[in-house]
Amino acid sequence: MSFYEEVYSSYKQFDCQRFFDRLTDPEIRRIIAKDRLTGLDYLALLSPRAENFLEEMALKAHRLTVQQFGRVIFLFTPLYVANYCVNHCLYCGFQAHNRLERKKLSPAEVEAEAGVIAASGLKHILILTGESRRESPVSYMQECVEVLKKYFTSISIEVYPLEEEEYAALIAAGVDGLTIYQETYNEEAYAELHPAGPKRNYRFRLDAPERGCRAGMRAVNLGALLGLHEWRSEAFFTGLHADYLQNKYPAVEVSISPPRMRPQLGGFQPRVDVSDKNLVQYILAFRLFMPRGGITVSTRERAELRDRLVKLGVTKMSAGSCTAVGGRTAADGATGQFDISDERGVTEMTGMIYSQGYQPVFKDWQML
Amino acid sequence: MIDSLVIGGREISSRLFLGTGKFPSNRLIPEVVAASGVQVVTVALRRVDLDFEEENIAAYVPGDCILMPNTSGARNAEEAVRIARLAKAAGCGNWVKIEVITDNRYLLPDNYETIKATEILAAEGFTVLPYMSPDLMAAKRLAEAGAAAVMPLGAPIGSNRGLRTKEMIRILIEEISLPVIVDAGIGRPSEAAAAMEMGAAAVLVNTAIATASDPVAMARAFGRAVEAGRTAYLAGPGETRQYASASSPLTGFLRDE
Repeated sequence: MSFYEEVYSSYKQFDCQRFFDRLTDPEIRRIIAKDRLTGLDYLALLSPRAENFLEEMALKAHRLTVQQFGRVIFLFTPLYVANYCVNHCLYCGFQAHNRLERKKLSPAEVEAEAGVIAASGLKHILILTGESRRESPVSYMQECVEVLKKYFTSISIEVYPLEEEEYAALIAAGVDGLTIYQETYNEEAYAELHPAGPKRNYRFRLDAPERGCRAGMRAVNLGALLGLHEWRSEAFFTGLHADYLQNKYPAVEVSISPPRMRPQLGGFQPRVDVSDKNLVQYILAFRLFMPRGGITVSTRERAELRDRLVKLGVTKMSAGSCTAVGGRTAADGATGQFDISDERGVTEMTGMIYSQGYQPVFKDWQML
Repeated sequence: MIDSLVIGGREISSRLFLGTGKFPSNRLIPEVVAASGVQVVTVALRRVDLDFEEENIAAYVPGDCILMPNTSGARNAEEAVRIARLAKAAGCGNWVKIEVITDNRYLLPDNYETIKATEILAAEGFTVLPYMSPDLMAAKRLAEAGAAAVMPLGAPIGSNRGLRTKEMIRILIEEISLPVIVDAGIGRPSEAAAAMEMGAAAVLVNTAIATASDPVAMARAFGRAVEAGRTAYLAGPGETRQYASASSPLTGFLRDE
């Protein structure tokens, strides 16, 4: 059994609109006041009606987050090591059809990038590749990990979905965290957006976080790419997925990301708009649903908005990001997967976090 | 009257222990220590960053304090043991607070794995203070395993819900000869005082101090509450009664004989 059979199937045909139409203000208030929310309570907080209660939700989300995590924001940065890709995801700058310089970093280049990042004080790194078993096989990821271990105390991966044994091999090499986005939980939209390549396999991707948990990942981060499909249901399924994993694998630190689409090579336009207000509602509703769940916000979001999100339930932020392979050391401007929005460096981010009365945490794990 | 708390051969002046994971800035830690008189400070090894002096939490613990690294993040005994050894190798001394947690929702400790880790680390010469669910049998096993104290939770970490496990802690205080230190859940100075009045040897507080609007003032309040509670315990509080005591007692007639 997996998330698909145990949870997803039972809500797949659920009539969200009808559910939303029947919600009343007193119900929303009652849900906000509850200690433990059900899946449908969470959906109610994602409803249009709950938009009228964002301040109440924010106050509670803030209180819960401070209580559970303290006044701290964990920092990390992504490192794109390879952009070879065999997939045809319509919305991605690295998709196989796009013409850009394909590259993968040699161990020496990984080391050079690692040196630049480590000098900023960051200790947690997220390795990214495109999907190419030929160009960036698991053995290549292991080589990267070997180098990065010298500079970082926690290494996470955001790569194509792997088999459980492959995750276990990477954990043995020194990886402790897995990030994998389902992109969209809607199966029809998923099929349209992934016309060719191994990524067409919805179920294999959907079950990847669970395979990671079984393999012994310490932390697993989920998400849907906001802009591909109706955001309320995407947020709902992401939350249910996180809750499912937390129940089944209680020792794993489960978190979510709410990434919104950014402009990228290929120029795919988002199918739905997700406003700042929508994003905030999603973050607040998730915090109330999973008080201990992590919430990661990347540099896809604007600096001004990220500053505001510090007090609204977010626990982790990327800083000093670059989405191009070797982009931190290359002299010429390489093409990134997408354009980032918050271009502040680590020092600036640190200053911003302190100025809000929060502590930036550079190190929150170390390899044993 | 001399009332000293001795753990691992060290005489400890303050019965308030401090956790450090949730402060808005590590720079507050020395002020909090000064205001409260705290002497034992726990720091998660996962947060100790020897490469980055400015952000290294351990560097903010005053030198005259006892630094007690904790094994936060350990999911089993083996990981706790490895963390403790790394902490010692990193120069954090030989005290360790064992935390083995396999439940990310309530952060409740795994007593079974905690006992295993305690046994190994005590044999290696560590002064071991295990964080535990207040269970008498587990506490006895921890004592046999060589723990220097036991640290039962009052309520889940960070919950500020107070002494929810009061009855179980009372039993530990009565039955266990080791110091019983209430760790986790204490949300207010009055609750810390209540724990001390019951006979707890000390209390460990993080969230209630670190997330207060004024952590330094709150730390001072906790320091005083702990002292007041301890003094009251030593003073031997009067018995509490359900009813007023009758001035013409039932057995009064016997006095006349």
